[in-house]
Amino acid sequence: MQKFTRLTGVAVPLIRDDVNTDEITPIQIARQLKPDYAELLFMRARRRLDDSLDPDFVLNKPQFQRPAILVTGRNFGCGSSRESAVWAMLAVGIRCIVAKSFADIYRENCLQNGVLPVELGDADADALSRRVVAADGAVYFTADLEAQRISGPGGPDVIFEISAADRLRLLEGLDDIGLTLRHEAEIAAFEARVRGERPWQQTAADSRRSSER
Amino acid sequence: MPTLFDKIWDSHLVARRADGRDLIYIDRHVLHELHGPHAFEKLAKANRGVRRPDLTFSMQDHTIATKPGRDDTTNADGAPFLRAMREGSARHGIRIFDLGDPEQGISHVVAPELGMVLPGATHAVPDSHACTVGGLGALAFGVGTTELEHVLATQVLASRRPKRMRIRLDGRLADQVGAKDVALRIIADIGLDGARGYAVEYAGAVAGAMAIESRLTLCNLAIEMGARSGFVAPDDTTFSWIAGRPWAPQGAQWDQALASWQDLVSDPDAQFESDIAIDCQDLEPQITWGTDPSQTIAVSGRVPDPDHAPSDRRQAMRRALDYMGLTPGTPIAGLPVDRVFIGSCTNARLPDLIAAAAVARGRRVAEGVVAMVVPGSSTVKREAEAAGLDRIFRDAGFFWGESGCSMCTGGNGDRGDAGERCVSTTNRNFENRQGPGVRTHLVGPAMAAAAAVAGRIVDVRRLGEGA
Repeated sequence: MQKFTRLTGVAVPLIRDDVNTDEITPIQIARQLKPDYAELLFMRARRRLDDSLDPDFVLNKPQFQRPAILVTGRNFGCGSSRESAVWAMLAVGIRCIVAKSFADIYRENCLQNGVLPVELGDADADALSRRVVAADGAVYFTADLEAQRISGPGGPDVIFEISAADRLRLLEGLDDIGLTLRHEAEIAAFEARVRGERPWQQTAADSRRSSER
Repeated sequence: MPTLFDKIWDSHLVARRADGRDLIYIDRHVLHELHGPHAFEKLAKANRGVRRPDLTFSMQDHTIATKPGRDDTTNADGAPFLRAMREGSARHGIRIFDLGDPEQGISHVVAPELGMVLPGATHAVPDSHACTVGGLGALAFGVGTTELEHVLATQVLASRRPKRMRIRLDGRLADQVGAKDVALRIIADIGLDGARGYAVEYAGAVAGAMAIESRLTLCNLAIEMGARSGFVAPDDTTFSWIAGRPWAPQGAQWDQALASWQDLVSDPDAQFESDIAIDCQDLEPQITWGTDPSQTIAVSGRVPDPDHAPSDRRQAMRRALDYMGLTPGTPIAGLPVDRVFIGSCTNARLPDLIAAAAVARGRRVAEGVVAMVVPGSSTVKREAEAAGLDRIFRDAGFFWGESGCSMCTGGNGDRGDAGERCVSTTNRNFENRQGPGVRTHLVGPAMAAAAAVAGRIVDVRRLGEGA
């Protein structure tokens, strides 16, 4: 996983609550196993029903063609668990999302992909949103995970909280499976213990098949 | 002292990782073809195997066609997904419920009906509606693709312990009011993120009186208020529902399991970080008017006015009104309908189809309305046909399909056209979900059937009056 330390670039304002993953990466009419994730990102919002680009949608505006930070409202990424909704952000260069809150699964998917999810209190989030709207892509913002700080034009640095473990995982780009595999012996011991105590949890068998034998 | 959640979590706690995350053992892991192939590919790249293929199952549900006589080519877009799922499952020795399997269906319908998922067990699916199986008293987690890969490789989920919420459902449900109505009402009351960060235990007289299929519907919608998981404590209704199902424990092991399941309740003095009570006594059939499941009103209600709503909701309400083509103050009943979908992991189990068929019986789908019934599993389909429900639906002019997710996400090509008003028994009325520009109204199965035959949104209890 790519490490996240510090990111400087264009901040995009998408100031709405409850943006769901069906909006972020809609289900395509002609579906592909490996879609163009950049094309998929907000595909419906980017286009009108006649398939022409909607010039009013923020990510279609010329000043937001190289986005780095997305600033949004409450409960971002609610709905489906599809991880494409994070992969599509990465595909266009967005590696930090600042929100008032994230849906649980979406936040987890961010952490799994080296995307920094920053949660701010309402007052800080509203103030930052205003600054990002005012900057209008012309001046860069910086998300600094080491210092736990967002900085940019129009106001003072904003300090954010993130758990020490999540911070370290992003800073080091740690492989989550690798971390867990350090506990392989405990997993095996757990399985052995449950086989004795609750054997039905350790076996899944179709009783009709076993009785045929 | 502990809640039911604590008991299940703690009995599956393998270790605490150095970063503070709990490693929770997953007893049953069910994959589907939308996300399975990516995870198989990532495993191969990392040169990792599947730790417990015997506890892992593959389901073809999201992209599979519903047309009778379907094969891989019926929905050409789905074919690469179906094939990749088949190959990955074969490579790792995972039992697949493939196209043509008599027990294929939507994973959240199949896992309970076969007795794969059990009370007090943990369950993971790379799908947000994994929480459905909480209706059996299981603790289920919807996960992303990387977490799916993690569970395949390790059989554990690395997770932070959620907070605990109890929602006590008081009273008694009126006739033609069901689990879907209760679930929508809860979401409307506590909001789209009202249970974010929580594992939710549904309790109280209403949950206790519900049949298992209704509890599955109730828990299905836990994610729509942001919950990490939702469940109902298992009781005698649960145990007798599971007894004898093919993948459930049998004989002496059943007796042992049953004895252990008696402890699966929250202790009387258990502490919940959030404890809510909702009175369901006078609940009416509910319907969504907007573009998220919290935008719900009673069927006797009117489309709400943003000017009379809390200021932080107004923007979203105006946008929803615009998308849905609605004007504040309009009675929701009476709106003309173009399409009706009865199906999905929310409302396509046998009792759902029975409730819908009771409305459809002897009636006709209204002129100009396209109405579909898609059973939640091939087993449900077979049982419905044995009961003659398919004939009732077909005679009334409904399409009767093969099982899959179908129009819930439109991932298999089943979808509506722009501007159509669709009354649907599914779980998400998000913009464009059932097709670009489709306007979705979520309801229970009887209400959906009523809309199909009336050609407009109607209170199922008043169907036939003044029509």
